[in-house]
Amino acid sequence: MCPLTAYIPVSHYVVMGFVKLGFKGRDVISILDFSREDLEELFAYADRIEKMGRVKLRVLEGKIIALAFFEPSTRTRLSFETAAKRLGADVISFSGEEAISVAKGENLADTIRMLDNYSDLIVIRHRYEGAAKFAAEIAKNPVINAGDGKQHHPTQAMIDLYTVKKLYGTIDGLTYAVVGDLRYGRAATSFIYALTLFKPKFVYLVSPPLLRARPETLKLLQERGIRFKEVENIGDVISDVDVMYVTRIQKERFPDPLEYEKVKGSYKITMDILSHAKKELRILHPLPKVDEIDPEVDKSPYAAYFLQAAYGVPVRMALLALIFGVEI
Amino acid sequence: MSTSTLSVSKLRNGTVIDHIPAGRALDVLRVLGITGKEGLRIAIIMNVESKKLGKKDIVKIEGKKLSREEVSAIALIAPTATINIISEFNVVSKFRVEVPEIVEGILLCPNPTCITNKHQEPVVPRFRRISKNPLILQCDYCGTLLSESDIANYIRGRAHETR
Ligand SMILES: [Zn+2]
Repeated sequence: MCPLTAYIPVSHYVVMGFVKLGFKGRDVISILDFSREDLEELFAYADRIEKMGRVKLRVLEGKIIALAFFEPSTRTRLSFETAAKRLGADVISFSGEEAISVAKGENLADTIRMLDNYSDLIVIRHRYEGAAKFAAEIAKNPVINAGDGKQHHPTQAMIDLYTVKKLYGTIDGLTYAVVGDLRYGRAATSFIYALTLFKPKFVYLVSPPLLRARPETLKLLQERGIRFKEVENIGDVISDVDVMYVTRIQKERFPDPLEYEKVKGSYKITMDILSHAKKELRILHPLPKVDEIDPEVDKSPYAAYFLQAAYGVPVRMALLALIFGVEI
Repeated sequence: MSTSTLSVSKLRNGTVIDHIPAGRALDVLRVLGITGKEGLRIAIIMNVESKKLGKKDIVKIEGKKLSREEVSAIALIAPTATINIISEFNVVSKFRVEVPEIVEGILLCPNPTCITNKHQEPVVPRFRRISKNPLILQCDYCGTLLSESDIANYIRGRAHETR
């Protein structure tokens, strides 16, 4: 929505302290466009919304929100749709297969122009890295990235941090382990990015060698003075960890299926592995999960991922309300 | 032929690109889109001694004036280069090349699933210079890093040959 600032990422302003931008009218492309203060404001808002219970607010009556899911994702789409509707907005949407017929050979730019004409805000998910940023440069109205490519899923990161804050009362000073596909997994990468806005005590990056965090990610951690270590085995570090963020390792990432079978077992979280964990350890997962967490764990006090999923709606409601600049 | 003979041979009108890192002269010509079939008189001097660089390349082009875009493109692969514009045997202007903070439209992103590589999308690849020495660029859309040694492979119009 801001072609004028296309050359200067919003974060530069915030870091340099020139302007306090707030949320109104803003695009949400990367979690790194936000400051700690922004996120704390968002969390306070989400907390207020959460306490209201499941009421329908009418603050966005007359607004239309477009959900453009070029790549399917039932959970994220339903969460945005619920958030929009509970604020009183109307929703237009397409997803997955339908996206192909919407686009029908048309480029992303033209589809975005159409949606921009119909709606007041566009939520986009796309397979290409940078698709959301490009869409935001084209659209007059705000654009929210609901996941593009391998790096950015800013609203998921907001929900993840909100969950940590609710569980521990703080995001600072905790030891984190981010487990799984740190190379291609956008939720994991966004979560790591988000941690750099705070002061974690330590961050373990736990992955098989093939799926290590990208150079850009490591560079950012270094620049921001975050203490971290890349490790292969969760068992080596688990006794030290407060928050474990688990993501799925996909078979398709491995050129050799045997290689996948070999690593698969060692990244599955079981009660056995957790027997070495602190009592206060909590497990987050962006969901859906397949078999990376043993179902036994679901019933244990370690599992915080269902709670985390439930926070999706209040956090996205708070974000939408702030972008539209409405008081709740 | 001695080194000094190579470096001082005079151009009447044209451009001397000096202080090219040794071995990159042919890349410089490629960036300029010069194949040698245009009929321009060109001298390529490679691996000669340089006080500044140890060894360097020099390219002399008779009659060719460099545009701003071409100059910044040179900076991407030959950041130490100096440009001398020659008129009637005299140096009429002399300047260093510098990679601009924003490099737009010259390089392709190495990431195949970057939006700038999506077919038929009206998006111009854009890189941000995040380090001068060593030179590191970052794709403004997908965040992919491009280091100095890789840059020559992603010059637009040439990348398709090497990928
Ligand atoms: Zn890119």
